[in-house]
Amino acid sequence: MSATRTIDRTLGTPISTGSEWTFELIRTYDQEIGRLAAEFRLDTYPNQIEVIRSDQMLDAYASIGMPLGYNHWSFGKHFVESQRSYQRGHMGLAYEIVINSNPCIAYLMEENTMTMQALVIAHACYGHNSFFKNNYLYRTWTDASSIIDYLVFAKQYISQCEERHGADAVEQVLDSCHALMNHGVDRYKRPDPVSPEEERRRQRERAEYIQRNLNDLWRTVPRAREVDEREHEQFPKDPQENLLYFIEKNAPLLEPWQREIVRIVRKIAQYFYPQRQTQVMNEGWATFWHYTLLNALYDERKVTDGFMMEFLSSHTGVLFQPNFDSPYYRGINPYALGYAMYTDLRRICEKPTAEDREWFRDFAGAPWLEVLDHAMRNFKDESFILQFLSPKVMRDLRLFGVVDDDEEAELQIAAIHDAQGYRRVRELLASQYNLSDREPNIQIVAADIRGDRSLTLRHTQHQRRTLNGGTDEVLKHLHRLWGFPVHLESVANDVVVSTTTCPA
Amino acid sequence: MAYIIDRRLNSRNKNAVNRQRFMRRYKSHIQKAVQEAIKQRSITDMERGEDVTIPASDVDEPTFSHGTGGRRSIVHPGNREYITGDRVPRPSGGGGGGGGGDASDSGEGDDDFIFQLTQDEFLDVMFENLELPNLIKRHLKGADSFKRVHAGFAHDGVPAKLNVVRSLRVAKARRIALTGGARHRISALEDDLVLAEGAGDEVTARRIKNELSELRRRIKRVPFLDSYDLRYNLHLKQPVPTSKAVMFCLMDVSGSMDQHIKEMAKRFFLLLYLFLKRNYERTEIVFIRHHTVAKEVDEQEFFYSRETGGTVVSSALKLMTDIIATRYSPNEWNIYGAQASDGDNWNDDSPLCVDVLKKGILPHVQYFSYVEITRREPQALWEEYQNLADSLPDRFAQRRIAEVADIYPVFRDLFQKKVAAA
Repeated sequence: MSATRTIDRTLGTPISTGSEWTFELIRTYDQEIGRLAAEFRLDTYPNQIEVIRSDQMLDAYASIGMPLGYNHWSFGKHFVESQRSYQRGHMGLAYEIVINSNPCIAYLMEENTMTMQALVIAHACYGHNSFFKNNYLYRTWTDASSIIDYLVFAKQYISQCEERHGADAVEQVLDSCHALMNHGVDRYKRPDPVSPEEERRRQRERAEYIQRNLNDLWRTVPRAREVDEREHEQFPKDPQENLLYFIEKNAPLLEPWQREIVRIVRKIAQYFYPQRQTQVMNEGWATFWHYTLLNALYDERKVTDGFMMEFLSSHTGVLFQPNFDSPYYRGINPYALGYAMYTDLRRICEKPTAEDREWFRDFAGAPWLEVLDHAMRNFKDESFILQFLSPKVMRDLRLFGVVDDDEEAELQIAAIHDAQGYRRVRELLASQYNLSDREPNIQIVAADIRGDRSLTLRHTQHQRRTLNGGTDEVLKHLHRLWGFPVHLESVANDVVVSTTTCPA
Repeated sequence: MAYIIDRRLNSRNKNAVNRQRFMRRYKSHIQKAVQEAIKQRSITDMERGEDVTIPASDVDEPTFSHGTGGRRSIVHPGNREYITGDRVPRPSGGGGGGGGGDASDSGEGDDDFIFQLTQDEFLDVMFENLELPNLIKRHLKGADSFKRVHAGFAHDGVPAKLNVVRSLRVAKARRIALTGGARHRISALEDDLVLAEGAGDEVTARRIKNELSELRRRIKRVPFLDSYDLRYNLHLKQPVPTSKAVMFCLMDVSGSMDQHIKEMAKRFFLLLYLFLKRNYERTEIVFIRHHTVAKEVDEQEFFYSRETGGTVVSSALKLMTDIIATRYSPNEWNIYGAQASDGDNWNDDSPLCVDVLKKGILPHVQYFSYVEITRREPQALWEEYQNLADSLPDRFAQRRIAEVADIYPVFRDLFQKKVAAA
């Protein structure tokens, strides 16, 4: 494939000419696009394309992309919210939703035209799909073949709990877990993938074990000799960043079923964790590939000019990046940034300039497919930007960095898209996508297992940034799960600057 | 190779449960919104949904996240004139303006959370926990309420009601019955055959074999399933006792009722009317309007006619007793009355009203409510009725309405579901 592809303009007749889609046409487009994707060496899971109505799309929205979810009011809230803005025309529906599973499930909306369906197939079924299958974060943290089964298990388990313990009791636990969801992921440890049967078996085992055994941690009858040594022992030994995991394993008062719910929420948070870290990369990759694949189809004359016009119009719509002073500005559009970066990577490989050779001497002029493949597999947003954001993209998007310091009266322009500023802008942008910068660093440092059983969390301030007003509420949720007092210390420069306690 | 699946026919409303959970959680907000809406709507406009507004902070799902303050850096696109080291004033809250801030965060955020109740949900909330009190007389009444009961099995029926187990059981019984003799004979012959073959009697053996094959053919000819075997579930309709109820709406339209008061009275009755239509399918409503003379009217006239005159309240009550006597036998009907007036009455008439109520109406009705719509001191009628309310608290109730805002609370109060006394 690649640049050596010969273009025979007499080749082929268009697959379709009208805008109506049929199942046969979807199949044909999928085959054609799949053939081209294979020529570009895209490695994908098998596809499962599901055609749905717009109201079903709204349903899919509400469950934040899970094909089946347990019941909770917050999903109802999302649903009501998106339904309302859809009905008032504030929001168009996404053309597709794609699920990181094996087979990879992509939803196509019935209202879409044939062109849009082809675009979605290229975007979701080959773009996102290959990203899910190959990016290291997904390979490490998610298990595409078992997620659907796990969600089925979760849904059944939670509805069983509702029958047994009442919907209100379950809702309370879920509320509390959701509040801590973002702090319920392992960032560094790799979990072993387990099959759903295994999962069910282990769940029963865990429940039995916990019911049979007193948790040693909370043994109240002291053992004569060891006590002295243990008294000085810090628990936990090391600070714990995964709050939900700590709760699941150590909260003294939780019932087995409550622990299992904590675990379910934690697992789902972990499943979505890579998606939160690869927005730019993932969307950019899918956009780059729908553009490349459909253009390849056009080169073979398999699609009409009208098809291309319609496709390009929505393609540019997706890539629209308002300037910072526009009323439509809502931050950087991950589609636009990602697409610009992959496209520029290809350019650097195919037609490197002197500047590119200086900045990217490792791969300027190398075969583009391999460079892009490497870039897709081994990075997350933060490192991807740090590695591959080129001066040209910064100039094209006219990126500039602003420092907002509450100790100063004015904002300061830290760097702009010029020779002195490239590296600084790139660093700033990369850190903007660093989840550990974006989310406060909160860890469990101590559980007073010999005393009042209170739990101490430490928030290490980054650049003097404090927590928002919802913190007290979150602490209440944490308190509900832990069952004993919870303290939160805020630490700046190794000095505790404030302490919050729940119950106050 | 992709699997392509048409899911368009799958169930919609996957989120109905979640939506319900959401509504349950924010019930108090919803009830408040409904109450406000009832106050503000015109009387013809009750049957439609309503927007419910919930403060954003109440539906918030809290998480640990950064607040404002501290030192942060943000990269924005679309630089025009800035160069490194420039200082620009901090943009004042929200929007995307002037060089940054956290435009992406504050674009939405502070808006209240708004969602739409459907008409059904609206009315559900409106009439939640309300009932007609003392609805106890039940009667077997002709043709409108049935329950389907199992009534064994039948030989005829529609295929959908085929009872497979029964049918196969009958088929098996028939097969056993029809082939029993033949099978007996076969086992006897088989013994004979062994004997005959043992004795070397060729002729007998051949005869036995012929007979055996003839018998086996006969068994085979018995069908596995015959149309005679089919059994169908039989359901019968059984009438169930239903309660019949009639509500008398008595409205004063005399000259003393000014436009405003009439409007409020109509609102009250409209609520009542909606409530009955929605929650009690088989309830009849009798509309009576009166000034010096009372007249039974239809719904249209009751709510929209402009006829007016002096005031003789007893005329309406008398008409009500007449109608009860002629059309609604108290033995069969649960009878209710709701009366609205400004309380202004012809002086001598009020004691008469009490008399009619006491003798002609209250012994027959389940519940009679009186609302006095006035901003002044209680009027003659109220004073006279007070004794009744004291002596028959579960049959008679009276309330006062001064403002439009009182209507709905008073209505709820009158028809509040009462918890059965332990």
